[in-house]
Amino acid sequence: MDKLSLLIWVPVITMIVMAFVNDSKVKWVGAIGAAVQLIQSVLLLFSFFAAREAGDTSEMLFTTDIVWYKYLNIHYATGVDGVSIALILLTSIIVFTGVFASWEIKDRTKEFFITLYMLATGVFGFFISLDLFTMFLFYELAVIPMYLLIGIWGTGPKEYSAMKLTLMLMGASAFLLVGILGIYFNSALDGGQLTFNFIEISKIDIPASAQYFFFPLTFIGFGVLGALYPFHTWSPDGHASAPTAVSMLHAGVLMKLGGYGALRIAVMLMPEGAHHYQWIFIILATIGAVYGAFGAIWQKDLKYINAYSSVSHLAFILFAALMFNQVAFEGAVLQMISHGLITALFFALIGMIYSRTKTRNINEMGGLMKVMPVLGVAYFIAGFASLGLPGFSAFVAEMTIFVGAFQNEQMFIRVATILVISSIVITAVYVLRAAGTMLMGAIKNKDFELLPDAHWYDKVAVFVLIAVIAGMGMFPNWLATMIYDGLGPMFERFVAN
Amino acid sequence: MDLSNIIIMRNELSLIVVVLLLLMAEIFSSKNARYMLLNVATGLFALHTILGFLPAETGELFGGMYRNTPLIILMKNILNIGVLVVLFQVQGWLKKPENNNRSLEFYLLTFSTLMGMSYMISAGDFLMLYLGLELATIPIATLAAYDVYRMKSTEAGIKLILLAALSSGIMLYGISLIYGTTGSLYFNEVMGNLQMNPLQILATVFFISGLAFKISLVPFHLWTADVYEGAPTNVTGYLSVISKGASVFVLITILFTVFKEMSDAWQPLLMVMAVVTMVVGNLFAIRQQNLQRFLAFSSIAQAGFILLGMISGTTYGMATVIYFILVYVFSNLAAFGVVSIVKNATGKDSIDDYNGFYSTNPMLSMVMLLALFSLAGIPPLAGFFGKFFLFAAVAEQGMYWLVLIAVINTIVSLYYYLLVVKAIFVVRVDNPIEPIKGELLARVGLVITVIGILVIGIYSPIFEWVQALSFGL
Repeated sequence: MDKLSLLIWVPVITMIVMAFVNDSKVKWVGAIGAAVQLIQSVLLLFSFFAAREAGDTSEMLFTTDIVWYKYLNIHYATGVDGVSIALILLTSIIVFTGVFASWEIKDRTKEFFITLYMLATGVFGFFISLDLFTMFLFYELAVIPMYLLIGIWGTGPKEYSAMKLTLMLMGASAFLLVGILGIYFNSALDGGQLTFNFIEISKIDIPASAQYFFFPLTFIGFGVLGALYPFHTWSPDGHASAPTAVSMLHAGVLMKLGGYGALRIAVMLMPEGAHHYQWIFIILATIGAVYGAFGAIWQKDLKYINAYSSVSHLAFILFAALMFNQVAFEGAVLQMISHGLITALFFALIGMIYSRTKTRNINEMGGLMKVMPVLGVAYFIAGFASLGLPGFSAFVAEMTIFVGAFQNEQMFIRVATILVISSIVITAVYVLRAAGTMLMGAIKNKDFELLPDAHWYDKVAVFVLIAVIAGMGMFPNWLATMIYDGLGPMFERFVAN
Repeated sequence: MDLSNIIIMRNELSLIVVVLLLLMAEIFSSKNARYMLLNVATGLFALHTILGFLPAETGELFGGMYRNTPLIILMKNILNIGVLVVLFQVQGWLKKPENNNRSLEFYLLTFSTLMGMSYMISAGDFLMLYLGLELATIPIATLAAYDVYRMKSTEAGIKLILLAALSSGIMLYGISLIYGTTGSLYFNEVMGNLQMNPLQILATVFFISGLAFKISLVPFHLWTADVYEGAPTNVTGYLSVISKGASVFVLITILFTVFKEMSDAWQPLLMVMAVVTMVVGNLFAIRQQNLQRFLAFSSIAQAGFILLGMISGTTYGMATVIYFILVYVFSNLAAFGVVSIVKNATGKDSIDDYNGFYSTNPMLSMVMLLALFSLAGIPPLAGFFGKFFLFAAVAEQGMYWLVLIAVINTIVSLYYYLLVVKAIFVVRVDNPIEPIKGELLARVGLVITVIGILVIGIYSPIFEWVQALSFGL
């Protein structure tokens, strides 16, 4: 068993064990499984550094390549570089904290954790895949459990939200499927073997006419999952209805599949198509960033605020992916990680507050800081991180994106960049307004005075996330270098094509 | 006549032996021994199925009227396995008091239709094909009307036989045109004499219409919903999987061999039919409340996907069609297995009846989930691979717009499959269907289908085996 396949097998084995223990022990099994996975990811990071130190300069490390279906040349091919390792690390941190954030699930506990782990399996599989077919397979595997997770364990109009989310994301995967098939059948025009391996495909030139047709399909296919305006509408409803851990995993990790795919597959494999349609998608991403921020201002429900804020921040990723320079690309990946951590922290806190106050409407709350100081302070930290205060991860990521974006000299892109930057100001408005109304002032509701502060399992989730966010904000260098180097080889071919 | 190599017909011969044995047994057995006979019949058929996997001789008989190739043997084996699963599922229903006296008839009729299908697939001549088709059709109408005292069942039988007669009339007309223009009924001789003249195109269209009726392609699908709803659940399962599968096998063999030269004529025809079939099947499936009707329309939509592989016109496309049928047999029979277990125990078959089903019947619910997700094409289940390969076969020919229409249709289909999933898992009610314990054999049948759904996709040698045989056609 190679290192990377273990990343799939550990969640799978965890699921199997969960199926055979009784409900009260399931969450412990889940916690142990998540911890093992986290340790594994950290070890993977160290062995990655060790291999690089030792002078291994191959693009992907720890590769496995097994032929699966011969005729279509489908392989089970795995490998990681700096980018995917960073995202694997992010995923295992969020799964780990997600387990603790859903410690209080009582209804069908076993089924909940098994479904949650199925989602996680899909995400890990996606990030280690080098083969577009298995990538697509894992993508769908990660999306479909969302229906059950939101439908069964959600709140509010959960059936509607679950159906909307599933159909929109699967609809996106329909476009993606056509895009992938198109890439595949154009991957060997010089008479070689057709291939699904995206490293191989990045080395060849897909004919421009094909790129013009398949780039939009692929980019939109991934973009929907990355909350590309105007296809973001599933996201606020879905997040608002989803249970805590699912919101965390979904906004924190699953939506990054969209950004990762849009950057690595759509843009990197089809540079000409990307250049051709750049202006349309830049406009859409800019609208998304500004619109998401304004949307968040209007909301009173904490989850909706955060969901719209996610739409805004994810638009940064797609925006950066369209800037076509290595710094901006690096910023895109940094933003995936930073936003994943911050949004997961937000959703975890919102879930904890909601489970105590039974409301998410900020106008009904007030003075919560006096009742639950730990959660209150954590919420402020999350807010500051989200609006890009230096010292937290978002600052690093957004700064990198805008430095990269400004390297483009066209007026159009500069204006767009400035518009996107302006959304950060709006972020400050809604973050501070929500935190202020909810946490400061007098206690509005007498019943809230007796509410407990964070339990030990809440603290595990919150502290781990805060530590990582602050750590990334203060020592971004190793991560940034790792991602920058990881993007290097593909970027060189991107420019050359 | 030289009968030394009649062993080539092993599949049909062993089926005849089974049928004759059962016929004798029914005549000479006492009333109490009938229960036993059901198990004997199932056992005999299981033996027949296993026999099908032993190495077999291939070749031609009766001057080319009957032929057997490795691919044809594979097709028959797929059908045999499907029928075996149906037989497992049917136990609970046949053991009901009202069916007690005539339960063996079910076997005799089923085996007769299966024999008809075998001949149909093995035919090397249009006459043989037609005889097989009739043998496969008429007993099915009897099966559909098996619950004689239920109006809907009788209606289903009548509807089926009348429309089947009409469609075979059209098909015969097509065959007569072929004979008129080529002077022969043998596939080998017809093949060389087709020149795309208008009469021959008309003949092709008529011939395809006849089979399209059996596969329930739009616009020949109008009988499907009523018959599927009225017929006993297990017969519906048989109709939608075995009967449809056999007709697809025949259609694809004929199109890829006899009518290969005419592909310019049938390709656009099938394209239109595929799109219309997918759209109509899906749109009507959304509105259904009765599960049997629901599965009927879903199976119409699935037939549209099957056509995609044929449109590609390549051997790879052919392999994907046969593989998809294999996947479809397991997925659809799993769904019908659950429906029939529930219907036998409670008589309920509407989607609303399934509200909260998971809280009382978790295992059956899981089987249903797997079956529906496989039909919808969700990884890592077999249906995902089946559909992906079909789409790849079409994309290989550069028909990306067709792929796009098809994938959008899979999303529509996902919507209605999720409606059932929602009823079972998401909706909570105070009085869901009580816990059901199906017959042992019915549960064995479900286990077989679940294994099929889980393994056929992930284990790639199965597809490669199908493909290797298709290249040998």
